[in-house]
Amino acid sequence: MEAAGESLRDTELRLGLPGTDAPEKPASTVTRGGKRALPEDDEEGYAKSNKSSSSSEEEQGEGDLCGHEPPAAKAQVVGWPPIRSYRKNSLHARKVEGEAAGLYVKVSMDGAPYLRKIDLKGYKGYKELREALDDMFKCFSLGEFPRKEGCSGSEYAITYEDKDGDLMLVGDVPWEMFISSCRRLRIMNGSEARGLGSRH
Amino acid sequence: MVGGFRWAAMFPDEVWEHVFSFLPADADRNAAALVCRAWYRLERRSRWRVFVGNCYAVEPAAAVRRFPEVRAAAIKGKPHFADFNLVPSDWGGGAEAWVEAMAEGWPHLEELRLKRMVVSDDCLELIARCFKNFKVLSLVSCEGFSTAGLAAIAANCRYLRELDLHENEVEDNCLHWMSHFPESCTSLVTLNIACLEGEVNVSVLERLIGRCPNLKTLRLNHSVPLERLVGLLHRAPQLVDLGTGKYAAQHHPELFSRLESAIAGCKNLKGLSGFWEAGPTFLPAIYSVCEGLTSLNLSYATIQGPELIKLISRCKNLQRLWVMDLIEDEGLIAVAASCKLLQELRVFPSDPYGAAQPISLTEHGLVAISAGCPMLHSVLYFCRQMTNAALLTVAKNCPNFTCFRLCIMEPHTPDYITRQPLDAGFSAIVESCKHLRRLSLSGLLTDLVFKSIGASANRLEMLSVAFAGDGDAGLHYILSGCKNLRKLEIRDCPFGDKPLLDNAAKLETMRSLWMSSCSVTLGACRQLARKMPLLNVEVINERKRGLPLELQPDNCPVEKLYIYRTVAGPRSDTPSCVWILR
Repeated sequence: MEAAGESLRDTELRLGLPGTDAPEKPASTVTRGGKRALPEDDEEGYAKSNKSSSSSEEEQGEGDLCGHEPPAAKAQVVGWPPIRSYRKNSLHARKVEGEAAGLYVKVSMDGAPYLRKIDLKGYKGYKELREALDDMFKCFSLGEFPRKEGCSGSEYAITYEDKDGDLMLVGDVPWEMFISSCRRLRIMNGSEARGLGSRH
Repeated sequence: MVGGFRWAAMFPDEVWEHVFSFLPADADRNAAALVCRAWYRLERRSRWRVFVGNCYAVEPAAAVRRFPEVRAAAIKGKPHFADFNLVPSDWGGGAEAWVEAMAEGWPHLEELRLKRMVVSDDCLELIARCFKNFKVLSLVSCEGFSTAGLAAIAANCRYLRELDLHENEVEDNCLHWMSHFPESCTSLVTLNIACLEGEVNVSVLERLIGRCPNLKTLRLNHSVPLERLVGLLHRAPQLVDLGTGKYAAQHHPELFSRLESAIAGCKNLKGLSGFWEAGPTFLPAIYSVCEGLTSLNLSYATIQGPELIKLISRCKNLQRLWVMDLIEDEGLIAVAASCKLLQELRVFPSDPYGAAQPISLTEHGLVAISAGCPMLHSVLYFCRQMTNAALLTVAKNCPNFTCFRLCIMEPHTPDYITRQPLDAGFSAIVESCKHLRRLSLSGLLTDLVFKSIGASANRLEMLSVAFAGDGDAGLHYILSGCKNLRKLEIRDCPFGDKPLLDNAAKLETMRSLWMSSCSVTLGACRQLARKMPLLNVEVINERKRGLPLELQPDNCPVEKLYIYRTVAGPRSDTPSCVWILR
């Protein structure tokens, strides 16, 4: 299923988590004034990669990855714009509220050591979602995803927790309704998922 | 001088003290204290209010010794850029040394105001125990304490008038801290708990404010539901300043009318803030008090332009407005038309990090305000585009600016029409506004703007610079000009060693200088420290924590530099990422 190029990519050492095509870290550049750029470690976030205000749309694409995943956030400069932490936290709290309504949700997979987060708004429907999850978790080589309708031999089921806290099987409700009520996703071990329904 | 001595002896001490009581300004008192030894002695015994702009500028014990009768103290700790996470969290600014010295030497202390300091619960307990007459505690942008510390204050400060907690990071480990206010506590005038994260027992709060008839300022935190606001307002209709809690609820016509009438019942209301999660539904409930408002803070409310306009157009007497950029140019044009008494405007970004949907808040809004509000003197404006022409117009319209802070959010942004640097615009501001005391720059700027600032900004006390300038000349212009400069903070500018060393003496006339991500080397800092014994030259390098500074070569770049004048010598509480050069 994977092209030769893809498997080569898989063995490449990179900084991103497996399953992502994270962009290269933006090069710490020298700004207009010839400011000295300090050695590698850019935890300070010295100047974003030189996308000055005069740069146009074509440079936006650099942040964009392959298809499914939303564009990576612009590299942020520490402490800029100058907004107090207190105010930033309030803004963030409001965004978190937005998340609870079903935008950025956590995705856990039984047996995987860590979780992922995805933006449900980045997908047009269930098919894209399944493909994205497949892509994200395939590195755990824990089996095939329930891709096809009526594929009863699959080992995993994709479930989600809705606004009421109930565990639901993904795919029953219209997509729009799903993304507005989904709080988190859980890829369940097939044996546990048996009781949830015969669709997959 | 002998002549001075005789002259001073003509009147008994009490007369001189009475005379000095007409000198409230510290600068005037400091001057009087230098006249002769007698005046020095008299003045120090009659000073009851001290302001310490940098907690490390003087030893606490020395300050306490010199002014034994102090009743009110205000102390500031971390540099301003700590607000933006540029200062390591363990840098310093601890309040213990001061609180211990004060407990020892100022047992009659009544007021303590701390800003950007690390205040522990132990400090709060010490305050609660040692100052029998304690009345006012104000903590702004502080951290290190919890609600357990607040419980101690509540329980022990019998005459507490003001508890003002503004934007602090407070750990919430004592849910019922407010229950520690005894029944006998009836003296509260100000209670500001807006920054607390945790739940508040509203019934306890109701009883507390019910027994404090002099309560003028009440600022709630976001956990207080809208329904309970009604009850609180019924118990405190005399309020002058109200910070609401959460300003959203399930829509309910009954709740709306109860809220509306409760607010209308507060006939003295002049200031409103809070409005967490406010939507359009309950905003009209405050319409009845709009005409009397002088201060309105909507900067935590994501209300859209049209609702904002409807609200603010009713506030004809507004003097201070803090709002989100959701107000857009159109909203500011409406403000300019309605709020003719406006003095201070702050516009905050609703989405500082996103490219998001473009908000139509541009230079036009700022120009409209400058044209429509003749009393405007203080501006903080976050936007994404600016032109020199707009700034020239603003400068012409508002020669009375005392504070002008413009933040164009993308660094190095030029005039978007001419593509030129914004030197001309900011130069116009400093040349026109002769009373300008505070200025923050942004956008694409060359050394030229610093030449104008150095030459024209004679009253400037505080300057903030980021991502600006071409080279050393820029910094040199500032340090060799700006006669009254007290605080200078710079980040990400190509300023190096030469202007620092050439203007070393200037640094002793200022409170402090902060430089981060510039082009300063360790060698220059060493030279500076050797040359100026009354400066603490702090080199902050988080990457090299714990490494012995002596081994680093002179050409080692300095990540962050904080220089301040002091009579206390090097401080003893530096963390591993801070070296004080001597």
